[in-house]
Amino acid sequence: MENIFTQWFGNSLLTYILIPVPILVYVSVFALYAVLAERKVSAWMQNRIGPNRTDKFGLLQTILDGLKLVQKEIVNPTRSDKLYFRMAPFIVFTAAFMGYAVLPFSSVFMGVNLNIGLFYFFSITSLGVVGVLMAGWASNNKYSLYGAMRTVAQIVSYEIPTALSAIVVVMLTGTLSMNNYALAQSGGIFNWFIFGGPGDIYKIILIPIMVISVVILFISTLAETNRTPFDLTEADSELVAGVHIEYSGMLFAMFFFAEYAQMFAVSGVIATLFLGGWQSPFGDLIPFLNTPVFQVLWFLGKGLFLVFVQIWLRWTLPRVRIDQLMTMCWKYLIPITLVNLFLVGLYMLIFK
Amino acid sequence: METNEVYEKLKRVFEDGIGEIKTDVPVYPFFFVSADKINAVSLFLRDEESLQFDNLSCLSGMDYDKDNLAVVYHLYSYVHHHKLVVKVVIPKSNPVVKTVSDVWAAADWHEREAYDLVGMTFEGHPDLRRILLSEDWEGHPLRKDYKVPEFYKGMKVPY
Amino acid sequence: MAELRTEELTLNMGPQHPSTHGVLRLVLKLNGEIVDDVKPELGYLHRCFEKHAEAMTYPQVIPYTDRMDYVNAMSNELAYVLSVEKLLGIEIPERVEYIRVIMSELQRIASHLVAIGTYGNDAGAFTPFLYCFMDREKVLELFEMVCGARMLYNYFWIGGLSHDITPEFITKTKELIKYLRPRIKQVNNLLSYNKIFIERTADIGILPVDVAINAGVSGPSLRGSGIKYDLRKDDTYSIYNRFDFEVCVGTGERGTVGDCWNRYIVRAYEIEQSLRIIEQAIDKIPEGDVQSAVPKRVKPVAGESYVRTESPKGELAYYVVSDGSLNPYRVKARSTSFCNLSVINQISRGHMIADVVMILGSFDIVLGCIDR
Repeated sequence: MENIFTQWFGNSLLTYILIPVPILVYVSVFALYAVLAERKVSAWMQNRIGPNRTDKFGLLQTILDGLKLVQKEIVNPTRSDKLYFRMAPFIVFTAAFMGYAVLPFSSVFMGVNLNIGLFYFFSITSLGVVGVLMAGWASNNKYSLYGAMRTVAQIVSYEIPTALSAIVVVMLTGTLSMNNYALAQSGGIFNWFIFGGPGDIYKIILIPIMVISVVILFISTLAETNRTPFDLTEADSELVAGVHIEYSGMLFAMFFFAEYAQMFAVSGVIATLFLGGWQSPFGDLIPFLNTPVFQVLWFLGKGLFLVFVQIWLRWTLPRVRIDQLMTMCWKYLIPITLVNLFLVGLYMLIFK
Repeated sequence: METNEVYEKLKRVFEDGIGEIKTDVPVYPFFFVSADKINAVSLFLRDEESLQFDNLSCLSGMDYDKDNLAVVYHLYSYVHHHKLVVKVVIPKSNPVVKTVSDVWAAADWHEREAYDLVGMTFEGHPDLRRILLSEDWEGHPLRKDYKVPEFYKGMKVPY
Repeated sequence: MAELRTEELTLNMGPQHPSTHGVLRLVLKLNGEIVDDVKPELGYLHRCFEKHAEAMTYPQVIPYTDRMDYVNAMSNELAYVLSVEKLLGIEIPERVEYIRVIMSELQRIASHLVAIGTYGNDAGAFTPFLYCFMDREKVLELFEMVCGARMLYNYFWIGGLSHDITPEFITKTKELIKYLRPRIKQVNNLLSYNKIFIERTADIGILPVDVAINAGVSGPSLRGSGIKYDLRKDDTYSIYNRFDFEVCVGTGERGTVGDCWNRYIVRAYEIEQSLRIIEQAIDKIPEGDVQSAVPKRVKPVAGESYVRTESPKGELAYYVVSDGSLNPYRVKARSTSFCNLSVINQISRGHMIADVVMILGSFDIVLGCIDR
């Protein structure tokens, strides 16, 4: 995208202001309809109808909800830290949104083709935790504080399995650029890293390792986005709404937006790392399906499928407890990912 | 074990701590125990091998008659599957009765409730506060002479 | 470095809180996530039932008993009505007895479905909640068909019933039994045997039998501790001794006997047993007039009665004292949830905040019953 915009507007400040616009538009539209999708999917799972009063299938529902939230008064709790209280949602949203800079929507459409893309993504999205902690502390509410402390513990811990399971792919490709992962998986569905990536027959050994890695990556990103079964920060049955408890109006909507933005961002990363990114599953059989416009569709399709799985899990599973969450991370996920790393290293030593 | 057998047994141990027994009343017979002996009697009822009333099913305070309040104990034994009704009658002028909350944990809240609504004091209760009404409530509503207040903290109560 | 200064944190859970099942307030003393002390504060829903009852005639009290444990109104009516009938010493027609049993068991199913659903909700699983409420709706439709009300029925009268049942009710009930069995299985698969759910509830809040009995805990919460005791069987009332059903207990199939999971699963099992009782009763209902024994004026002799019944939440009884007039002299409700809740401090100490929610939910409390 960078080069397209440079072509059109030259290497000016305007270019760099304009680059995020299409992504921002996408994120806004996605968040609005992901909320609707969440409500609709949950409704179908629970034998309900879901929102259906606004337009057909309730298509306007979340837009109108958003309009309502805009009109709401923003209430500052007494003795809260006003500055931080108002700043927090923006930090959370910004952190979630900045991750999109390196997501390769297709071989051409990406914010910036950074050579340390994956590294950038993990570090920038974990910035969100600062915002959450800020919100929890500034709200002057014990529930918020508990929620915030849980989040920090949770996100900081789950960074490790996330990164470690992603490193498997980094080792195989030897790059940190997001676009290169997608490029490395060209040539059809069996060249995706979930199936061991491109390579000779010995890559079969890699398949179980890769499947485990992708599952772990999915679980830990689920924890990082604070979705059920890991939504301890909100935990409505214990902490009422956690850090969101004192927020109203647009500030609350920012948190909401951030959550959905993050959901797609992490799904995008999983899709890029393991599911071929923007590559068509048919590879070179049908070259027509691998043109940039279709690439965007493949990428969105994979990302949205993972978002659907997240929604599905949310409405099926109960919530875990904080100590179980930590146990799972430190006692199971991290050792397994370490073993995975070791095995991949061994594979590379022997077969490459 | 029937009520009169239990009564005989208790009478032998506690003598004048046990009042008269009423057997010709409708539904279920009961007997009286004096207010200062109830704790000891309860312990005996709970721990005696042939009685073992390990469960306090209900403890109710009531305005007994013009001058007296009463506490009614409904006991049950999960071991022997028999029940017992015991009453303690105390004068309104000095409504003090020994607690049984150390014998049956169930009595803890029931006694608080009786104190709250009927207004007898349970001597030795660890935490005798109002439980259902607010802490600053005046009077004990289940007394027959209780007048519904027109004012609550200076505010007129609308009826 | 000097030792960091730490202090205990007091957290007011409730009276407005999504998982205190009403307006209960728990004052938690917390040490990080660990709970050091739980102090329940009651009375936010106190509606002076006992004071009201003294100003009413005997039949007028029945609608008030409905509002005690509002998800479980039939059982409350039954307990009160049995107590007054005992005082009056009247004989109840067979047909009334059978219909009462069917209604109570249907109510037990409805109440347990609420318990299971809300417990899932406490654990963070929202879907089973709606599944359960959908099924409960079907039970309520039956009640609506019979007496026109869905929650607060005033259906059991002293000596009879307010309305007779229709043949349509019988066919609909049979359909319901067929419909419910697979549904219960579904909820079991979705929630009861879910790994995360078991992790959350097993070995949490273990209540030993002796503590439970001493504190007056009863019903499924007591049976969860492994004691096979059901008032319908062991201290029978109405015509429960004619039916063949099993008393379900917590067996420690998962977790330890007496923990939250075992208390919970007893309810899931009991639905099946209630279905069995209904199946047996529904075909045997004799003909008759349901209001033939209803006295014109309820004026019992001076005396008192106390009939213990097995409500879905546990032992429910009304201590009714009569002075020979038209109004009861004293009505005291032996509220189930009130006694069950009183052990919460003892068994939640040392657990986490999230566990307190699970322990509270496992007793299936209803604040209308606690605060009266």
